[in-house]
Amino acid sequence: MSFAVGLQCRACGKQQALAPVHVCAECLGPLEVRYDYEALRRSVRPADVAGGPATMWRYAALLPLPPDVPVVDLGTGFTPLLRAENLGRALGLHKLYIKNDAVNPSYSFKDRVVGVAVSAAIGFGYHTLACASTGNLAASVAAHAAKASLESYVFIPADLEPAKIVGTAVYGTNLVAVRGSYDQVNRLCSEIADAFPWAFVNINLRPFYAEGSKTLAYETAEQLGWRAPDHVVVPIAGGSVLSKIGKGLAELRALDWIPAGRTRISGAQAEGCAPVSRAVLSGADHVTPVRANTIAKSLAIGNPADGDFALRTIRDSGGSAEMASDAEIAEGMRLLASTEGVFTETAGGVTVACARKLARSGRIDPDETVVLYITGNGLKTLDAVAAGLGDAPVIEPTLAAFETIRAGAVA
Amino acid sequence: MAGAQDVVVRVPSPLRTLTGGAAEVRGAPGTLRSLIDELDVAYPGLKARICEADGSLRRFVNVFVNEEDVRFLQGLDTPLPAGTRVSVLPAVAGGSRADRRLAHRRPAQG
Repeated sequence: MSFAVGLQCRACGKQQALAPVHVCAECLGPLEVRYDYEALRRSVRPADVAGGPATMWRYAALLPLPPDVPVVDLGTGFTPLLRAENLGRALGLHKLYIKNDAVNPSYSFKDRVVGVAVSAAIGFGYHTLACASTGNLAASVAAHAAKASLESYVFIPADLEPAKIVGTAVYGTNLVAVRGSYDQVNRLCSEIADAFPWAFVNINLRPFYAEGSKTLAYETAEQLGWRAPDHVVVPIAGGSVLSKIGKGLAELRALDWIPAGRTRISGAQAEGCAPVSRAVLSGADHVTPVRANTIAKSLAIGNPADGDFALRTIRDSGGSAEMASDAEIAEGMRLLASTEGVFTETAGGVTVACARKLARSGRIDPDETVVLYITGNGLKTLDAVAAGLGDAPVIEPTLAAFETIRAGAVA
Repeated sequence: MAGAQDVVVRVPSPLRTLTGGAAEVRGAPGTLRSLIDELDVAYPGLKARICEADGSLRRFVNVFVNEEDVRFLQGLDTPLPAGTRVSVLPAVAGGSRADRRLAHRRPAQG
């Protein structure tokens, strides 16, 4: 049962029926799904959710899923919310948690958004799934298409790292390498989406796709015993995840599933690509595009489509923002791994590094319940931390040889 | 009359209701501003979809002139010589001309 009743322009407010479109015909602004929250409130309760599967699909009632279409279930979501006492000591935060979304089926939070998009695609009658991406999204689309027995096309820049190509191609997708930058791939895909009857998850299905990120907020609240954290730190690429976490928490409050109150939402970006953080810190009304230059490739979007929405979400929540240098990003990855046993990609390093800055400057209170969103797996970005970590001593297989290097290490 | 002297404009699907379904239309050389005014005569209402009431480009519209985002050229005053290709696209997540040079070496994930 879905309570999604239509689409609405986030810029001008114009409403229309549910359809595989992402752009307002009036002002070309982005479209968002509308729900019948009154009907939802009457029909669904937290106890119903708690009886659901241990995946994101326990929140199916709060997602824009078409009726009579079984979800494409890879087992996404309901990922661990880990009490991070060791990292908390390092950052000076007494009630710190990590939402570890690195352990999803294709190793990033993108499975949440693609999961919703693939259902919408099937519901609208598409037979081909597609996306423009260079990594996390590419793998997730290919994996879901495989499970759903759909044709898929994944468009990537031709100069992509071999590991990402293999990590996507293994699912049996039609991988198309485009001679050009990610931006050119993205523009090409906008044109392909106009010309071919395909479900581009992050283009024509974007309103549905984006809703999947709300489950990050739902799970956090449920795992805390149906209450919201005081403060969350969220990495920003296009800005969609941050604003959807805000939307998810607002929905739970409106439904009275969690107590009234406010969660401060703070953003994390890389210094080499921080258009939203800079806007937050400078008091600007709008996000000004930048040229991206950072090792946090999954966050390297210089002109974030949902940047202004993320900015507004941060401001309205009383949150703040920070940015991390490449060195701080790698240090953040090592810190999380060495304190909590969680190996995250560069985006997670950004989040940890920015949380540290927010805590040190007093913008996170030490006694707040804080959740850091870790959205991707460290094995995707080994290069970022490889320097200095691959130099294990090589010894003969004798106890004496080991005792020699052990003595050297102790001395 | 179509010819090599024209400026060729790619129309995104949300705006094709105004162009009778045409994915491509043509205009005279000049500036982006003069082109938009000319097209608004041929396809009434087009300007209001692309521009704010004060005439500036709408926030959610990207206009590319020969692959270059006009916000990094001269905006509405960007000259359009004969044979120029103009592409109007709704803003979609995933970067713009602004990060293209570096993104070419460091691709961003979508």
